[in-house]
Amino acid sequence: MPVRLPFRPRRDAYPADLWTKCPGCAEMLFNKQLDKTLRVCPHCGHHFRITARTRIAQLVDGGSFVERDANLQPLDSLTFVDLKAYPDRLLAAQLSTGLRDSTVWGVGKMGGKPVSLCVFDFFFMGGSMGSVTGEKVTRAGETALAERIPLIIVSSSGGARMQEGTYSLMQLAKTMGVIERLKEAAVPFISVMADPTTGGTFASFAVAGDVNLAEPRATIRFAGDRVSAGTIGEALPEGYNTSEFQLEHGFVDRVVPRAKLRDEIIALLGILIAPAVPASADPANPTFSPRALLSAITGALSDNNGDARSADAGQSHGEDTTNG
Amino acid sequence: MVDRLLGLGHNDVHQPDPVEEVWAHVQQARNLKRPHTLELLKFMADEFIELHGDRRFGDDSAIVAGLAMIAGRRVAVIGFQKGQDTEENIRRNFGLPHPEGYRKAMRIMKMAEQFQMPVLTFVDVQGAFPGAAAEERGVAEAIAMSVAMMTSLRTPIVVVITGEGGSGGAIALAVGDTVIALENSIYSVISPEGCAAILWRSGEKSHQAAYAMKVTANQQKDLGIVDIVVAEPGEGAHTDPAEMARRIKEVVLEQFDLHARLSLSELVEARYQKFRGMGSFGVAEQPEAPPERTGLAGRLRGMWSTRPSMPQFPGTRRAAPSNREEV
Repeated sequence: MPVRLPFRPRRDAYPADLWTKCPGCAEMLFNKQLDKTLRVCPHCGHHFRITARTRIAQLVDGGSFVERDANLQPLDSLTFVDLKAYPDRLLAAQLSTGLRDSTVWGVGKMGGKPVSLCVFDFFFMGGSMGSVTGEKVTRAGETALAERIPLIIVSSSGGARMQEGTYSLMQLAKTMGVIERLKEAAVPFISVMADPTTGGTFASFAVAGDVNLAEPRATIRFAGDRVSAGTIGEALPEGYNTSEFQLEHGFVDRVVPRAKLRDEIIALLGILIAPAVPASADPANPTFSPRALLSAITGALSDNNGDARSADAGQSHGEDTTNG
Repeated sequence: MVDRLLGLGHNDVHQPDPVEEVWAHVQQARNLKRPHTLELLKFMADEFIELHGDRRFGDDSAIVAGLAMIAGRRVAVIGFQKGQDTEENIRRNFGLPHPEGYRKAMRIMKMAEQFQMPVLTFVDVQGAFPGAAAEERGVAEAIAMSVAMMTSLRTPIVVVITGEGGSGGAIALAVGDTVIALENSIYSVISPEGCAAILWRSGEKSHQAAYAMKVTANQQKDLGIVDIVVAEPGEGAHTDPAEMARRIKEVVLEQFDLHARLSLSELVEARYQKFRGMGSFGVAEQPEAPPERTGLAGRLRGMWSTRPSMPQFPGTRRAAPSNREEV
């Protein structure tokens, strides 16, 4: 495809020494200051959209992230032309973001624990999901499954990419296939929804996390306004498309401000991942087992209990070593 | 051809415009008189007992589901049901399902798995209902869970796209071991109107959008999305529903026979791999490390991939330090 490498990706979407006007409170914010607050407005808490690289840097332990499959490249299978040809749109997006497609996935560590992490970049064609995106999400899931490490997907996507037609639609089935396998295998999957998470992305893996987290006031909805208006002639009522709406209606577990996101994910993983040895060994520990207690009590009352008790203890020890 | 030989001056009139040809196809797929699930079942099934409700909220009349006997076989059938006139369309919400419809479908699919009968779905939907009520009750979640269930359901699934296969609303019931499409049906990632509204910013470009998305059944077969295209009788399925039903029945039974030869584990694995392989992408040369970037990018500089299938880029890129362990 068109991009000749090496190309120099943008440093960032904005110049560091300039000001940004907050769309939430119209306050003028100095970009360097904004970076320190993780691109969240200190006045009104507006969460700016951030690039995939920035998101990864905010989430993982420093230096632990290793990107994979960066060389997957979208193809124009339909020779799709709308107002612009698809390859031209791709080229423009690739040059402005330095990415080949809308996601970055890899393996990193969070709080010292390895995780499989896939992050959407909204600045690449609206974070839309085409074949490459679906493939990367699936590979992230398959790696999580094979290595039994948690999967974390941070969505920021308008939905399926129309320029790849039904191939994009099939990514829903492709990604849900691996998510379903993760559930069967009891490998944790945490879905983080950032602004925006809509359409086919919301209606597949993003909503299907064991735990669904969302950033405050992110747009989260199935049908876009233009689709609603075109199909049923009316737009959704005000407030029907936010994280808070989804929280209230039971499709998001927690709305988490960006500053707390990393800690919250680490805390969740700490509870979701069963510690291998101690937890499984504890119930078998004869000192604390109710059966041992019971036999100890009955042992004090009757004569012919000694054999039973030692057999019981022996069995417990046996379990103990198996688990260990 | 004859026209072209007879009068060159009439070329524009007689030469079919490819865009309008596709649009005629879209209109055919949307023909109100086209047979839907219940009409087809009337001819296909010896017996059909419709079941109602999702056991959570209510019953959705845009999706019908139930148990059928087809040529002496027990089959769980789920399908979209548009109305054939205005009154029925109002009752059936113009075939636009709410989340309860998908949850009912899931309930019937689980039942099919439990009682060991194959699932047959009929897909004809413009998309899930994009209104407030659907959003409140989680239409996205219902679609995602239905897709997930179909990827792992331990019973054969045959999907027949009878009219419009529109967007997430359609894929929710279209993950099958075999995907069949009627000749005049369409399958698309979004309705042509929706695509036009978003990409062209004008609903009037829907003809262009339909053309660009390659929506017709035969084009979808060429892309590998659809496995089998069934020819329609006469001027289209609506002109002879009985014959249409007979042709569908023949192909569906044939597919059920094929699936019956596989063990359930093989079947589910094959279905997973079928959808796992969908999409098309290329593999570029290994990307050059981004120059003169500090911070995270600097740390990413040493990144490489561990996938053995990837060609090693022989350029100037420095080799990944071998002592770094894989995480």
